[in-house]
Amino acid sequence: MARITAGVATSHVPAIGAAIDLGKTQEAYWAPLFRGYEFSKRWMVENRPDVVILVFNDHATAFSLDIIPTFAIGCAASFAPADEGWGPRPVPLVEGHPELASHIAQSVIQQDFDLTIVNRMDVDHGLTVPLSLMCGQPEAWPFKVIPLAVNVVTYPPPSGRRCYELGKAIRRAVATFDQDLTVQVWGTGGMSHQLQGPRAGVINKDFDTRFLDALTQHPETAAGIPHIDYIREAGAEGIELVMWLVMRGALDAQVRELHRFQHVPASNTAVGHLILENTR
Amino acid sequence: MALDKPYAGIPGTTIFDADQVRKGYHLNMFCMSLMKLANRERFKADERAYLDEWPMTEEQKRAVLARDYNGMITLGGNIYFLAKIFATDGKSFQYAAALMTGMSQQEYAQMMLDGGRSPAGPPNRRS
Repeated sequence: MARITAGVATSHVPAIGAAIDLGKTQEAYWAPLFRGYEFSKRWMVENRPDVVILVFNDHATAFSLDIIPTFAIGCAASFAPADEGWGPRPVPLVEGHPELASHIAQSVIQQDFDLTIVNRMDVDHGLTVPLSLMCGQPEAWPFKVIPLAVNVVTYPPPSGRRCYELGKAIRRAVATFDQDLTVQVWGTGGMSHQLQGPRAGVINKDFDTRFLDALTQHPETAAGIPHIDYIREAGAEGIELVMWLVMRGALDAQVRELHRFQHVPASNTAVGHLILENTR
Repeated sequence: MALDKPYAGIPGTTIFDADQVRKGYHLNMFCMSLMKLANRERFKADERAYLDEWPMTEEQKRAVLARDYNGMITLGGNIYFLAKIFATDGKSFQYAAALMTGMSQQEYAQMMLDGGRSPAGPPNRRS
């Protein structure tokens, strides 16, 4: 039986990927950020999953305005790092898990979550930056990845509640997969940031901290935060935080918070990071 | 009945909703084309000629040529699509964000180092 053991949340700022790729992680600007992931990299080595279900958003890379799926699951055997306008990141090919991905798609659709099935997709910084933060720069990623893309670019994204419930449906799907696999679910994006308009640069550390507390201890409360609160309090792009609720929904009601890190700024963004473990 | 848009009153902020998607479809799809190296090179060689291949409004084309990102957003552009333009120019998200706030990149970077803009505070006036 497949089993979800832990969840990870992390921001996926593109400049972090550039800092890693250009060898700038020890520079004064970046070093404090990467120190916050030292524990996480060791933990990943000691708790290597077979598969990570990686919840992220595509940033006008695989999906243009021609087709805008609210939830899309990658069922391919592999996913290439995308050229986002300055050439693909020099990171390994992302290997998928088509059997588990198709099983999840079939299961959650029958639980009333109408996922879009994607059999060909390049993956952008939203997916590859979290892998780099958690795994460093290996020759090959040490586990299979099932990309789960959530639309948070075109308004409205799915509600936090819907994301949370999708996480629960994914948990039920994984529990009925009859291979013996260890699975983690990662939620990415956020925290507070606004990249557009005269209000660009919004950061709200209090909101972010309250969100981390609620997500860990009172996920039902976190799931109830309306879109307008994210936009107003955490900036227009802070709404990416709904994706963390998919991860939280896939875990036990009670979890152990193993690691927490917050850092301002990474370019335009407040970075937040959690590792949550199921205790049973 | 019109859709409720509680976000319409947030200063300095344009939410990329269905109305903006309709307005900006061709502008954003032009941006998307810059993900291909060959298209980036053709655009850089003659921006106006490349833009004229797209059924965009004259106002949208002028905003692109002027790199007026606030103007492009008002005309239906979305920042993740517009990012393909500043990536083609070799510029960062922080460069573009500073430009949109009317601050110098140095002032903007310092604001971020100091903890960012308060969500309650006023946006910068457009330069």
